[in-house]
Amino acid sequence: MESLSNKKKVLEQKPLSFMERMYLPAIAKGMGITISHLFKKEATIRYPEVEREFSANFRGMHSLKRDENGKERCTACGLCALSCPAEAITMIAAERKPEEKDLYREEKYAATYEINMLRCIFCGLCEEACPKEAIYLDGPIVPADYLRKDFIYGKDKLVEAPLEMKK
Amino acid sequence: MDTGFIIEKFILVAVIFGISLVIAMYSTYAERKVAAYLQDRLGPDRAGPFGILQPLADGLKMFMKEEIIPTTSNKWLFIAGPGLALLCACIGTAVIPWGSPMLIGGKVVPLQVSDINVGVLYIFGVVSLGVYGVMIGGWASNNKYSLLSAIRAASQNISYEIAMGLSIIALLLMTNTLSLKTIVEQQHGWHWNVLYQPLGFLIFMVCSFAETNRAPFDLPECETELIGGYHTEYSSMKLGFYLFSEYINMFVSSAVMATLYFGGYNYPGMDYMATLLGPTWAPLFGTAILFAKIFFFIFFFMWVRWTIPRFRYDQLMNLGWKGLIPLAIANIIITGVVIAIIEKF
Repeated sequence: MESLSNKKKVLEQKPLSFMERMYLPAIAKGMGITISHLFKKEATIRYPEVEREFSANFRGMHSLKRDENGKERCTACGLCALSCPAEAITMIAAERKPEEKDLYREEKYAATYEINMLRCIFCGLCEEACPKEAIYLDGPIVPADYLRKDFIYGKDKLVEAPLEMKK
Repeated sequence: MDTGFIIEKFILVAVIFGISLVIAMYSTYAERKVAAYLQDRLGPDRAGPFGILQPLADGLKMFMKEEIIPTTSNKWLFIAGPGLALLCACIGTAVIPWGSPMLIGGKVVPLQVSDINVGVLYIFGVVSLGVYGVMIGGWASNNKYSLLSAIRAASQNISYEIAMGLSIIALLLMTNTLSLKTIVEQQHGWHWNVLYQPLGFLIFMVCSFAETNRAPFDLPECETELIGGYHTEYSSMKLGFYLFSEYINMFVSSAVMATLYFGGYNYPGMDYMATLLGPTWAPLFGTAILFAKIFFFIFFFMWVRWTIPRFRYDQLMNLGWKGLIPLAIANIIITGVVIAIIEKF
């Protein structure tokens, strides 16, 4: 049948020539190739000691950001939870008291904020939905653990360190 | 037969036994390192510096594993198999001359356990016995894969032993002796047999790859077809014995190749070194040279293993019966004719 793509090649099956049947030239060639790899740099990265560099747009663990005065940006609007296709985010909002003015930027804040890292698919939609620039997926790889409950990350793990601690 | 003689031989045997076990142990490490470097990887590097404690960790693992003996197996043969394989692998070292006679405390000690006048035949006998370990293990497992693999191993070894024996005959035509000690002494300096018998060496080497069940002739352990091969049912240190015997076999084959074809402990300029180092240290230097040759061959075994894919079974038989045996016979005829012509004129 006529080939439409014109990519078809008829495979020729010739009997091996004398040199090919001797195997030795081909073996010598192959061994030359393998020995040349002995002097090449190995591709291995010794993982726990050395880590591969991530690309600039890598999406890792979430972090809840603070503003320039060290106040939490999150206002518990719930848009991240709403945008999350995996329903990994839950939160409980609370009203800021006057003496907490230095802790939270807006009058409403997230009293608890939990992300289930087993549900999260690291799509970055929460990041895009946030109107306050409060959540970014700029952390490292989420580490392994033994129990399901330990994968539910609360504010203790998610919120950025306070400003003075950063310095 | 005085006590000194027995002690001397006992020490020599113990040393050689120890060395061959250590070399076999570190061959497993070397194999993984060589494989890794040939594939642009690192290989084991966690246990100790550069991973040099890896063989110890592997050995410990082998000892600690649960030992399973199938209920339907023939228990005695099942246990005898790996033991026999290891025993046959080890006793081959007895006739190899490890160095020229050495002067220790005013006494000349030959660095060879026993110089029997049929050394080459002894090596062949021991190598042929090695297949019994595989055969008995495969049979006693009462497992069709083990049995098939054992039969494969047996037929492969028998086929390649013929070509191996024939390739040696051409060498024996030249040396006129079966004693390994005399064969080595004839290769004084750089008169190595490989220069006179290149084709014979090639055939011998290919056959020793087949005899040790190494790639590209590792059909008895063909995972895709036969699961684990003849040691499918083995676990714990019995499995370790089988794997170990393969490496000891490799060491012995390398030693035999170095002895028969690459001059054993001989090297160019050895007379000069003998006067320089004296009768005690010069033989040890020769031994070091022999071990350098052996290590090269062991590396060569590994290099080939990580380069060449496995033969198909019919290709294996074709190569053995239609390729190597006629070549070996032709080699005998050519050698015989050349020797006759040289002696005539």
